[in-house]
Amino acid sequence: MRSVAITVNGERRELQLEPRELLVYVLRERLALTGTNVGCDTSSCGACTVLLDGESVKSCTVLGVQADGCEITTIEGLAMNGALHPVQQAFHEQHALQCGYCTPGMVMAAVSLIESGEAGSEKAIREGLEGNLCRCTGYHNIVKAVAAAASVTA
Amino acid sequence: MTATETTGFVGTPVLRREDGPLLKGKGTFVDNIQLPGTAHAVVVRSPYAHARIRSVDLTEARAAEGVVAAFSGADLRDDWKAPMPCAWPVTPEMKNPEHFPLAVSEACYQGDGVAVVLATTRALAKDAAELVVVDYEPLPVAVDLAEAVKDGSPTAHESLESNISYVWKLETDAVDAAFAAADTTVKRRYVQPRLIPNAMELRGVVARPEPNGDVTLWSSTQIPHILKAMSAATLGMSEAKLRVIAPDVGGGFGSKADVYAEDLLVLALARRLGRPVKWIEERSEGYVATIHGRDFITEMEFAATKDGTITAVRANVTAAMGAYLQLITPGIPLLGAWLYAGPYKIPNYSFTCTGVFTNTTPTDAYRGAGRPEATYVIERTMDALAAELGMDRLELRRKNFITEFPATIASGLTIDSGDYVGALDKLLEDFDLDAFHKEQAARRASGDVKQLGVGFSTYTEMCGIAPSRILGAIGFGAGGWESSTVRCLPTGSVQVVTGTSPHGQGHETAWAQMAADLLGYAMEEIEVVHGDTAMAPYGLDTYGSRSLPVGGAALHLAGQRVIEKARQIVAHTLEVSGDDLDFAGGLFSVKGSPDRAMHIKEVAWLAFAAHNLPEGMDPYLEATAVYDASNFSWPGGAHAAVVEVDTETGDARLVRYVAIDEIGTVVNPMIVDGQVHGGLAQGIATALYEEASYDEDGNLQTANLVTYLVPSAAELPSFELGRVSAPSPLHPLGAKGVGETGTIAAAPAVINAVVDALSHLGVTDVQMPATPERVWRAIQEAK
Amino acid sequence: MIPAAFDYEVATSADHALSLLGSDPDAKLIAGGHSLIPALKLRVARPSKLVDIGRLGELAYVRDAGDKLAIGALTRYKALRDDALLQEHCPIVSTTAGLVGDPQVRHRGTIGGSLAHGDPASDLPAVMLALGAELVIRGGVGERIVPATQFFTGVFQTAIGPGEMLTEIRVPKLTGATGWSYVKLSRRAQDWATVAVAALVHRDNGGLAAASIALTNMGATPLRATAVEDALTAGAKPTEAAEHMADGTDPPSDVAASAEFRAHLARVVGKRAIEEALSR
Repeated sequence: MRSVAITVNGERRELQLEPRELLVYVLRERLALTGTNVGCDTSSCGACTVLLDGESVKSCTVLGVQADGCEITTIEGLAMNGALHPVQQAFHEQHALQCGYCTPGMVMAAVSLIESGEAGSEKAIREGLEGNLCRCTGYHNIVKAVAAAASVTA
Repeated sequence: MTATETTGFVGTPVLRREDGPLLKGKGTFVDNIQLPGTAHAVVVRSPYAHARIRSVDLTEARAAEGVVAAFSGADLRDDWKAPMPCAWPVTPEMKNPEHFPLAVSEACYQGDGVAVVLATTRALAKDAAELVVVDYEPLPVAVDLAEAVKDGSPTAHESLESNISYVWKLETDAVDAAFAAADTTVKRRYVQPRLIPNAMELRGVVARPEPNGDVTLWSSTQIPHILKAMSAATLGMSEAKLRVIAPDVGGGFGSKADVYAEDLLVLALARRLGRPVKWIEERSEGYVATIHGRDFITEMEFAATKDGTITAVRANVTAAMGAYLQLITPGIPLLGAWLYAGPYKIPNYSFTCTGVFTNTTPTDAYRGAGRPEATYVIERTMDALAAELGMDRLELRRKNFITEFPATIASGLTIDSGDYVGALDKLLEDFDLDAFHKEQAARRASGDVKQLGVGFSTYTEMCGIAPSRILGAIGFGAGGWESSTVRCLPTGSVQVVTGTSPHGQGHETAWAQMAADLLGYAMEEIEVVHGDTAMAPYGLDTYGSRSLPVGGAALHLAGQRVIEKARQIVAHTLEVSGDDLDFAGGLFSVKGSPDRAMHIKEVAWLAFAAHNLPEGMDPYLEATAVYDASNFSWPGGAHAAVVEVDTETGDARLVRYVAIDEIGTVVNPMIVDGQVHGGLAQGIATALYEEASYDEDGNLQTANLVTYLVPSAAELPSFELGRVSAPSPLHPLGAKGVGETGTIAAAPAVINAVVDALSHLGVTDVQMPATPERVWRAIQEAK
Repeated sequence: MIPAAFDYEVATSADHALSLLGSDPDAKLIAGGHSLIPALKLRVARPSKLVDIGRLGELAYVRDAGDKLAIGALTRYKALRDDALLQEHCPIVSTTAGLVGDPQVRHRGTIGGSLAHGDPASDLPAVMLALGAELVIRGGVGERIVPATQFFTGVFQTAIGPGEMLTEIRVPKLTGATGWSYVKLSRRAQDWATVAVAALVHRDNGGLAAASIALTNMGATPLRATAVEDALTAGAKPTEAAEHMADGTDPPSDVAASAEFRAHLARVVGKRAIEEALSR
C-alpha cells in the first residue's frame, strides 16, 4: 500500500492504494465517482477519459499512484453551481448521447480538445475525438455538439 | 415549444429527459452497483476451441487470499434444472446440444466457461482464477463455416454426427420453371463477415438474495422480462420470487437480448452463498463470451426477362450458429427469410437456410439480425443483374419496385405500406447525380490515384417483432405482444408503465410525448416506468425495432382506455351522456356548453375518492392494454453512399452518405435521426472495417478493440438524412420501426460504391469488409 | 483489466532510478506508461516492481545543442508536437509526434518510453533511424551514446541493458536543403501504422545528394531502406527507387495486412514519402 494525495474535482483526497490500482478504479471504487466508465481493456475506447492536470487522459492507462499530487477532473466535477458545462449542455441540445455510456469520456475529451484550441473545424473535431468510441450515435451529433460548444466557449 | 404545453408533442424534437443524469455521470449502470458483502465472480474460460475437460483442480484457487468459493462446471451441474434456453426451435428435428452455464465435460469454443472463482474483490478473484488448473484434451475443431458444413468435417460437439443443426426452406411452386424460362440469370456468392456487437457498456450482473428468500437480479440486458422467466425455469425457482432490473443499459444492439451463462451463474451463486454476487465483463472477455452476429455464406440468384423484369429469386444461406444455440440463434436467418425479394415484385421465391455449428462464440441477434444479410445480397445482386442486362441500376430497381399497397409478396407476408418510388425520387433530388458523374468521369479520365464511386441501396425490411400468431407459426417460443399501463394518479401526475426496455432509444421522452398528447398533461407531469419487473411486470422488452410499433401502440390503447373511463365518470358526474362530451387538451366539455367542463386531473381524483362512480366501475383512473400487432412493421427507403478509393493502397473511405427513409409517423424526429445515424455507422463499419476472424485452430484473431476495428469519428463523415412518409394503416399512430434501418441499408450501398469506383478497372466484387488488402487484390485480379 | 500485483517506487532522480532498478532484476521503468500499462492490464507483462520516472521533470525538455537538438526522454508527444525548436529545426519529429495514437495518448506518452519499448509498429523509431539520431543511455558506470542504427535489436528489444535507462535523444538540425516526410497508413486514425515510411532527402545544387529512408512495421525493428537510398543517390527517379522499398525486409502478416501486401504498401507509401520530402 502506498499513501497518495490526489485532488479530485477540487477536493484533496488522501488514499492508501495498491500500486496496481488503475486510476479509473480508484475513482470508481475508492471515491465512488462512478461517472467515469470502463469500456475496454486495451486503452482504445476512451470511455474512462478524465482530465489530469487539465489534459485529457485515459484513466485506465494511469496508475492511481502515478496521479499522486495531481489534479483530476471527472464528469462529476464539470458542472458549475448546478449548471451544465457548455459541452454537457451542447450534448443535450444536439442529442449527442443515446445510451450515455461513452458520454462522460467523450465529454471530457471534448472539453480538453476545445480548451487546447483544436476544435476549429469538423475535420479537427473528428480527428481530435479519434481516441473515443461511441456505438450509438455514429458521431454525427457528437461532432455537432462539440462544434456548438466550441463556438460558445471561444 | 416549451415543456408546459399540453398538446402537439408528437412529431417534434423534444430534448431527452434521460440526458441529465447520464451527462453528469449519474447513470445507474450495473457496475455502479456496489453492495456491501459482495462476492466478485471471475469466470475461467477455455483457451481451446474444442477440448475434453479431463479435470478441474480448484485446490490452489480456493486457498488463495480473499477467495470465497470456487466451482467447476461439474460442481454446479445439479443447480440447473434445465439447459440454457433456446427459444426458437425452427424445425422439429433441429439439433440443439445441451448447453450449461459452465461446461461440464467438453468445452466447445474459445471462451466457453469451465469454472468460476469468487473473492472479496475483483482483483483477488482475478488472481485466484489464474490458479485454477484445468486438464484439457484438445479435440479436432470445426471453425470455418464453408468447411464445417461438409460431410466428414470434424464436429463442433463430440455428440454430433454432423455440424448441421437444421435445414429450413420456404419455396413457392414454380421457381425452377421460372429460372428455366428466364432470359437472364445471375448467381453470386457472398460472405457476411462475423461481427462483434460492441455495446460500449460491457455486460454485467449483480444478484442480491433478499431476507425473504427472493432474489433481485440487476443485469445489463435488453430483456428483463424474458430473462426473469428463463432464469427461473433454468434454475427451477419460482418466478414469483425473482425480480429482474435492467438499470441504465449502455447499448445492446441485440447482444443483450439474450440469456447468458453469467446471468444464470450469478443468480445461482448468490442463492448458494447467501450474499450478493457480482460479475462484470471485460472487453476482451466479451469478445469471446458475448454473442457475435452475421457469419453467413449466401448464394443468391435472380431470374429476369431481358427487359429487366425479375421473375424469380433463389437464396441459399449457410449460417454459422457458433458452438451452441443461444436464445434465438437458429431463428436469426429466418428474420430475413421472407425478405429476399426486397422491395421488388418477384413472383417466384425460394429461400433455404442451413444452420451449422462451429467451434466459435455462438451467434445471435446483432442489429438487423437476418435482414442486413438479406438486403446485402439483394442489393449487390441487383447491381450485378443491371450490369448483366446493360441496364441502369436505378432503372432496374424502379422497374421492379412494389408500388401498390397492401402488397402480398411471394414469400407469403403482406407489406402494409411503403413508398419506394418516392424515397428514390427524393434521394435523387437531394443527391445531384449529374454533378457526381462529372467528377467521377474527370477522375477516371485523368487516371487519378483516388477514384470515386457511388452505390445505392433501396430496401424494405420487416421489424417490430410482432404478431404472436405468426411467431408461433414459425416456431418462436414466445409471443410478440407488448403491454402498457397508464395510471392517472390522484394528485395530478401520470405514471406510464411500459414493457419495453430501452437502452439508449429515449423511450422515457418519446413515451411521455405520446402520453402528453393523448391525455392533455404537461410533459413534466408524466413519468415513464420501465425495466424493472417489480414495477413493470408484463412485457416482452426491446429488440427488433419493436418498441414503438408494438409498445407505443400498447401505450396508445391504454391511454384511450383511460380516456374512455374518465369520460364515463365525467358523464356520470355531470349527468350527461358520454357521447355529449368532447375531450381535448385534458378537458372534457359538454358539447354546446363549453362552460360545463371537467379536467382529467379532476377526474383522476374522483376516481380515486370513489365516492360517486358509475355503478360497477372500479376505482382509480388507470388502464392496461396489451397490443398484439396484426402484422410486422415495414419501413423502407433509398440510400446512396459515395466512397473514395485509393487505387494504390486499396484504402476506401466513405466521403458522403445520403439516407432517405420511409418510416411512417415520426414521434420524435431528433431521436429518429439519432437512430438512423447510429444504424448507418454500424452498417458502414460492416462494409469497410469490422470482421471477427479466427485462425484454423479456433483462436479469435481479432481479440480486442485494437484489432477489431470499431470506427471512430475520424473514419466517418456527417450524414445527410431525409424522409418520405407512408404511415402504417395498422398502427394507431401510423408509426414504423427505425432502430435497424440504417444498418440494414448501409452495407450494400457502400460496397456498391466501392465496386462502382473500380468498375472501369474491371472489378465486379469486393468481399466485406472492403479492407485495403481486399480492394488492392480485387484490382490486381481484374487486371 | 486488473494488473497482477507489483511493487512501486518513485524515482527522485535518474541516479535514484538506476539504483532502484539495479536492486531488482524484474523491475521495470515506467514513464508515461502508455506502452507498459496496456500490457500490465492484460497481464502479459508482470514486473515485480515499477520504478516511476514520470516525475523526473529534468528529463522533459527540448534544447538547442549546436548542430543538434537534445530531447529529454521524458518529453511527451504533445510537447514534441508543439515544440518551437523542433518545428523549426526538425519538423519531422514534431509532425510525427502529432500522429501517434490519439490526444489522450499524446498527453501522457513519452518519446523515451516509445523508443525504449522497441515496438516496430511505433512511429518515432523509424523517424529516429532516418535522422541518424543518437540515444543517450545511462547506466551504473555512466553514459554511453548509441546510434539509432544500433539501438533497435528486435521486437520489443533495444540496446538498453539491465540496469540502464534512456535519458536523452539527439537529433540533427535539418537545414533548408533537407526535405522530409513521414507517411503513415493505418486503418483507423488511432491505430498503429500498417506501414509507414520516414524520408529525408538532402538536396545539393538542385539535385538529390543523399537520402535517408526508414520503414515502420516492415520487420522486427524499424529498418533503413538502403537499396532505395542507394538508388536515389545514384540518380533514380522516386518511382523507380521506391520499387526497392521492401528489399531486405521481413514484414509481419497479421489481421491488418499480409506480408505481401505490406511490401506493396511500403513501395506505394515510400514513393509518396520521397515525393513529399522532395517537395518541402
